[in-house]
Amino acid sequence: MSTTATAPETGTEPTPKRRFDAPPWAEKALIPVFLVVVALLPFGMSSGGTLIGNATLALAYVVMALGLNIIVGFAGLLDLGYVAFFAIGAYTMGWLGSGFFAEVNHQKGVHIGVTGFASHLPGIHLNFFLILVFAVLFTTIAGMLIGLPTLRLRGDYIAIVTLAFGEIIGKIAVNSDQIKLSGVPLLGGVLENTFGKDQTFTAGRQGITPVDKIDVPFVDPFTSLNLRPWYWVALFLVAVVLFVNFRLRDSRLGRAWIALREDEVAAVAMGVPSVKTKLLAYGTGAAFGGIAGAYLGSFLNTVNADQFQFYFSILVLGMVILGGLGSIWGVVLGAITLSFINNWLIPDVLNSLPGDFGLDFDMTQITFAIYGFLLVIMMILRPQGLLPERRRAEEMTHGDETSDETIYTARA
Amino acid sequence: MEAASVPARSAVPGQAVRSIISKYGLIVVLLIMPVVFAIEDLTSETDNLSRLGNNLVAGVSNGAIWALVAIGYTLVYGIVELINFAHGEVFMIGSFVSAGFFTTLGLTQSTGTGLLVIGLLLTLPVAMLASGLLNTMIERVAYRPLRSAPKLAPLITAVGFSFILQNVGLLWRGGSQQGITDLIRSQHELITIGGVDISNGDVLAVCVTIPLLLAMTTFIGQSRLGKAMRATAQDPDAARLMGINVDTTISLTFLIGGMLAGAGGLIYALYQTTIWYFQGFTAGLVAFTAAVMGGIGNIRGAVLGGFIIGFIQQISDNRIGSEWTPVIVFAYLILIMVFKPSGLLGEETREAG
Repeated sequence: MSTTATAPETGTEPTPKRRFDAPPWAEKALIPVFLVVVALLPFGMSSGGTLIGNATLALAYVVMALGLNIIVGFAGLLDLGYVAFFAIGAYTMGWLGSGFFAEVNHQKGVHIGVTGFASHLPGIHLNFFLILVFAVLFTTIAGMLIGLPTLRLRGDYIAIVTLAFGEIIGKIAVNSDQIKLSGVPLLGGVLENTFGKDQTFTAGRQGITPVDKIDVPFVDPFTSLNLRPWYWVALFLVAVVLFVNFRLRDSRLGRAWIALREDEVAAVAMGVPSVKTKLLAYGTGAAFGGIAGAYLGSFLNTVNADQFQFYFSILVLGMVILGGLGSIWGVVLGAITLSFINNWLIPDVLNSLPGDFGLDFDMTQITFAIYGFLLVIMMILRPQGLLPERRRAEEMTHGDETSDETIYTARA
Repeated sequence: MEAASVPARSAVPGQAVRSIISKYGLIVVLLIMPVVFAIEDLTSETDNLSRLGNNLVAGVSNGAIWALVAIGYTLVYGIVELINFAHGEVFMIGSFVSAGFFTTLGLTQSTGTGLLVIGLLLTLPVAMLASGLLNTMIERVAYRPLRSAPKLAPLITAVGFSFILQNVGLLWRGGSQQGITDLIRSQHELITIGGVDISNGDVLAVCVTIPLLLAMTTFIGQSRLGKAMRATAQDPDAARLMGINVDTTISLTFLIGGMLAGAGGLIYALYQTTIWYFQGFTAGLVAFTAAVMGGIGNIRGAVLGGFIIGFIQQISDNRIGSEWTPVIVFAYLILIMVFKPSGLLGEETREAG
């Protein structure tokens, strides 16, 4: 509505100052540089210290944030229930890579591609990379199933439906330690024979622990004392995900996502299949969440229902927004920054700060408020993020031109 | 599309069926759970009808709280088309302010009835004002600067504010559920009619909610400011051309929504007698479900949805287990969103959901 009114104005506006724009190949040339530099970093850290632990976590969060970036940043579907995919990925790891299903195969267990200690334990033990495949499979299906009901909905309703799904999966994770597989209707008998009488669906708040360590063929077994191999596996995952992200963004599918985000009606009129494109966004984004979830399940050595709360979705969303919606390098930066703030700066460095000022609370207690504040401040002062993507920045700062989906259209 | 351009609509049988499904499908889905358990109650050996009755009464009291909160969502959505994500936290702050004010006034269980009523009558406006002003402040700080931004932006600041307020609650009263003085002996049975107990809490919930709802509908329906609100909701551009101050009207809407949430918070504190910082998150989602169920933007719908959700929740608490209640409520939310985003009483929204 206001487009016609503002069009002449924008025409007479002096051309905006040209900022320095890096050449288009620069952001891809950055990939090998980034990977090599980050791969060399562990040599400067002690192999079992907290620093390398935090750095490894940060890399896992990068994978997760890049996944959410596909859904929110590329396709513009605000997903507030991303934790669901973390949960499904982590449970895939917990189910297929631990002693959780102890009764399986007459307590002898199932072992595929595992060596060392785990190959003698009861329960299902698959190789980590095999589990990754399953995690991708499960989360992609889950992502599409969650995406399906939101296809007809508008932005804010999508947020609520995904949030509801995330909460449902979180609650199921918490409550399912009371659900016996033998009590499942129809399949109960089969499941009882396979998994035993008292097998539950999840381990609830107690958590599935221990979880198998990552098992790379021809490499020494991973231990929690030497974190370097963990770090490099995480980096390998980041590399794969980064590569896929760049390729996807520049592909036909990526352009379709951006077209749908900018103007759904126009995109559909131009022949972009809306249903398929949106479902693929959910599926791909979810798959990355599943990969990170499975990795974190193994790295943290527990799959615990308390991990899958709403605040986690917002933490990952915060990473995407901090870095810049839709900007791949921005999201990498945002994820690393927020991960270090979350796991190191707040609990280790600043924790006693309020106490020094005579206030009787710790910094960890106000973590929520810090993220909330960050979201509000970013949205008001710099909605395009720290390292904005050019097209998205235009949308966020001059949003009224792209759609009438703004609130307070009265003032547009 | 004008009706005339679609001739002989009922000629296609499939279409008639579809229109019936879209009209009544949601009602049927909503009724499944209550009806199943009601039949179970009626057919069981022992006379369990009183259980159904008790659930109904408790459902009405809970529903009154959800209705008050849901109206806040509906009013705000009606006027600015934004899900005020922080609304649940405004409700939580209402509870906290009420609980704090009781202590300040020195009300205890041994306070006489007369003094207690006066005390509560003093607390109600305090809680309402606190929540109302908080809600107005949130609009001012977090939503107004983003008026021309894409819809994603104010939604994200809303989530951000909800986190900030949760943390305020956490620092205020600690991280665990906290019991407060059971001032009105909430579960004490006042009267029993045909095996159905009506407790003090139920009476309080209804006695506070009904006058507030009447006052609010009168205000919106009769007063000049109410008229301005309705006009702004219909067409903000035209409303401004007619000389309505849209800014003030939007602030007023947030104020009224917040005040009702504050009243809901007071009832919640007295009825449940436990409060904690996280109550707003669940309450917000439940009330939002109620608002969507009734048809977002529709005040009567929000009240109706509130009572239905209250009842469903009570049955689920009682018969399935309270740890599963959120799952049931969220499942309802998704079902409604998918199959009838316009709700029970709402018209098809501008973009049909």
